[in-house]
Amino acid sequence: MSEAILLQINGKEVSVPEGSTVAAALLAVGIPTRNSISGEPRAPLCGMGICYECRVEIDGVPHRRSCMVACRAAMKVRTL
Amino acid sequence: MLGDCLKQHSANFDAVVIGAGIVGASCADALAANGLHVAIVEEKCIGGGATGAGMGHIVVMDDSPAQLALTRYSQQLWEQLKSQLPDAVEYEGTGTIWVAADDEEMAEVFRKREVYAQYGVESKVLSRAALLSEEPQLRDSLAGGLLVSGDGVLYPPAAAAFLIDRACSASAVLLQGHAVIKAARRCVSLDDGSALSAPWIINAAGASAARLLPGLPIRPRKGHLLITDRYPGFVRHQLVELGYLKSAHSITADSVAFNVQPRRTGQLLIGSSRQYGCDTPEVEMEILGSLLDRACWYMPGLRNLSVIRTWTGFRMATPDHLPLIGQLITGQPEEDDSIVIAAGHEGLGITTSLATGQLVADHCLRRKSQIPSEPYEPSRFVGALTHV
Repeated sequence: MSEAILLQINGKEVSVPEGSTVAAALLAVGIPTRNSISGEPRAPLCGMGICYECRVEIDGVPHRRSCMVACRAAMKVRTL
Repeated sequence: MLGDCLKQHSANFDAVVIGAGIVGASCADALAANGLHVAIVEEKCIGGGATGAGMGHIVVMDDSPAQLALTRYSQQLWEQLKSQLPDAVEYEGTGTIWVAADDEEMAEVFRKREVYAQYGVESKVLSRAALLSEEPQLRDSLAGGLLVSGDGVLYPPAAAAFLIDRACSASAVLLQGHAVIKAARRCVSLDDGSALSAPWIINAAGASAARLLPGLPIRPRKGHLLITDRYPGFVRHQLVELGYLKSAHSITADSVAFNVQPRRTGQLLIGSSRQYGCDTPEVEMEILGSLLDRACWYMPGLRNLSVIRTWTGFRMATPDHLPLIGQLITGQPEEDDSIVIAAGHEGLGITTSLATGQLVADHCLRRKSQIPSEPYEPSRFVGALTHV
């Protein structure tokens, strides 16, 4: 069994298994990644870095593809 | 479909406008507003040429007195229109900051302010500190700038669509999906064999204008643009380097300039480049590289942003960088007095479209224009033309 990792999503502590992507952590807690220009909530579509629907701010850097980033302890994730 | 149109509407019009770019749209709108029965012929989509490729900067420019008169007049027309523009046009009164990199360009800032003041254009000189306070992402070694608050930005194809819609509510007819084969002597022939007749034919065909009127002195000047992901608040004004004045009108050499525009979505448009002699639309990495180097020199933080698209477009330029608005009077016998040209607006077509529409309507209605129209009359090139 892998270890649990604690990270923050929009200021709330979330625990995920080690090796989870940020996209997986967001899906686990049911938070959309971003809103489209017309205001529709979006979530990961491809899960492999192509569709760009999973973009979030990670540790202050905006528009990172959450499906391509593994969760790390104390990581701060913010959806837009 | 055109057959249906012609069944509903007579093939006789007061004016036929060729091209539904922003210039054609504005001509159609101005003519229809004056009670003329107008047909607009567009082969592809509304605003699909230079209109859709450009930045959409409403800007007063002072390279020449005639350019200043036309851009100022047009900017005032946009100012009057802005409250009626639908959301889709994304009009924002961002103003323009002309950015001065050094003392020499700062001298240009003061000169520019005086010239603008003579035309009633409000502007404010920004010191280095004031410039950084307005735009903190700019590099801190710049000399200052000039803030022109009446300038703005919009999304040009949506503005063209708005003007076409307004013309159509005032009885204009849009004939889309048909190419014009020939336009001369009060008759516009379409590729389906039909014909439209009108005492006035407005050639606002942009890049295709010279196909209908061989010998028209316009040449394509290629440009590159990029658009970023959304970074709200990163830039607040349209930013243009003053070095632009030195480089943009160099006829022979390719040039790039720092030119950044904030969109309502938080996205940034980054430009710009100018090239002659390249008529293929491919994005050229070498040009893109020097464009971005320049942009990042002025605004180092741009390096951390994601660009999501790049594209190119063609500005149709005349030898003296003023548009062609009006009739081409050659003095030859049996002159074709039905053709009015509205083309060759180079990089200022979005700004100057509304004034162009007014000048064209004034011409067709034989009334005096608000600004002198002579500097834009195509006949100024008659001596240099061989095929017309």
